[in-house]
Amino acid sequence: MSTAAHTAAVLAAAAGEELEGIQLLLPAAYDIIWSIVVLAIIAVPFYKFALPKLNAVLDERAELIEGNIAKAQAAQAEADSAREELNAQLAEARTEAARIREEARAEGGAIVEELRAKAQADAARILENAQRQIEAERTQAVVSLRSEVGELATELASRIVGESLADAATQSRVIDRFLDELESSATEVAAGAKQGD
Amino acid sequence: MLLAADGEGGGFHPPTIADFFPAPFLFEGTLLEFNRMQLVRLIAAIALVVFFVVAARRAKVVPGRLQSLAELVVTFVKVNIAEDIIGKDKGGKYATFLTTVFASILFFNLSGIVPGLNIAGTSLIGLPVMLALWVYVMYLGAGIKQHGLGGFLKVSLFPASVPPFLYVLLTPVEILTVFVLRPATLALRLMANMVAGHLMLVLCFGATHYFVLEAVPAMKAFGALTLVGGIAITLFEVFVAVLQAYIFVVLAAVYLSLSVAEEH
Repeated sequence: MSTAAHTAAVLAAAAGEELEGIQLLLPAAYDIIWSIVVLAIIAVPFYKFALPKLNAVLDERAELIEGNIAKAQAAQAEADSAREELNAQLAEARTEAARIREEARAEGGAIVEELRAKAQADAARILENAQRQIEAERTQAVVSLRSEVGELATELASRIVGESLADAATQSRVIDRFLDELESSATEVAAGAKQGD
Repeated sequence: MLLAADGEGGGFHPPTIADFFPAPFLFEGTLLEFNRMQLVRLIAAIALVVFFVVAARRAKVVPGRLQSLAELVVTFVKVNIAEDIIGKDKGGKYATFLTTVFASILFFNLSGIVPGLNIAGTSLIGLPVMLALWVYVMYLGAGIKQHGLGGFLKVSLFPASVPPFLYVLLTPVEILTVFVLRPATLALRLMANMVAGHLMLVLCFGATHYFVLEAVPAMKAFGALTLVGGIAITLFEVFVAVLQAYIFVVLAAVYLSLSVAEEH
């Protein structure tokens, strides 16, 4: 090694001087003392202040970084759960909307059905009223026709018979009898017509 | 090259080991002799402390450039050395120690190529020895704490996976390894690399100085060659500074992990 060679060179060079090469290897008392002093000058502040402080800062930084990583992971997890919750709510809202739509449809159908029934009832009622009115008018027409026909017949009979049926009671009796005959014959005709159909 | 300026004129001065033993200028003759080498170490230590303390004081969760640089060193040692070699559960408590040693060696090594400092704080044996002793105490202490004194000696010196008759050979080698060779090689490897690097740099820049200023005109062209060589070696020394700091701390981590490992 070059180191050994140089040390040899030193020793060779030193041979002729007043200093012996062996002095390089034997520490003098002042050398030892001052070495202890300078090492103490370094060691005391290093042990008491500088290294503990630097290590504390390094540890603090490591903790901070770990803390931040943990925080980021927590935030990520929170975001994930929030998203899942949101999705669940969305699905629920969709189901709810579908249910409401279904209900509305059913309700709408029911309303239409109800209205239709009511309209039919109204129509039936109106029809019945009309028929009843017609019936009443017909009855009235029949009654008035009967009296008019009676008068006309009386008149006609009077003229034909030549005598007045002065007595109102007789007149009425005659007319009724006549009409009854007429009616019964009409009924027979009608029955015959029906049978003929 | 400031150091080369010491010998003004008078031809080419090859680097010598005297570079590592500059004359003291404070407290001369006492145990606290203070020379240029100690001054360089002090400057490197203060620069390192200021860098880390300022980075730590301004440390925020979102780092600036200075903090990123400091954190690069801290996390590199903690993750790529302590946790990889000793293990995730046990490595953490040695990270502070390993980081301090790594940063110290790196800065003391780099002072060898900082203009004006020009010598590595780790190129004089005292500092590598103290660093190695620190590692020594740490890994012996860790082993005794983990297994108890007897348990540690048994695990280190009498490995369970070896047939007992081999202990005759193995145990003396292990004693030598655990108690002598590990710290000695740590200290010597670091010191020798830094010494060699310094000598190479001085050789190149000293030669450049000589060729350009003092050699006969025909020789001046060699100055360009040695200058380029010096620049290349400077860059190489940056690499060596980082590499040696890394090797030292990796080995320290290996020794610690051998001490605290469960019996196998």
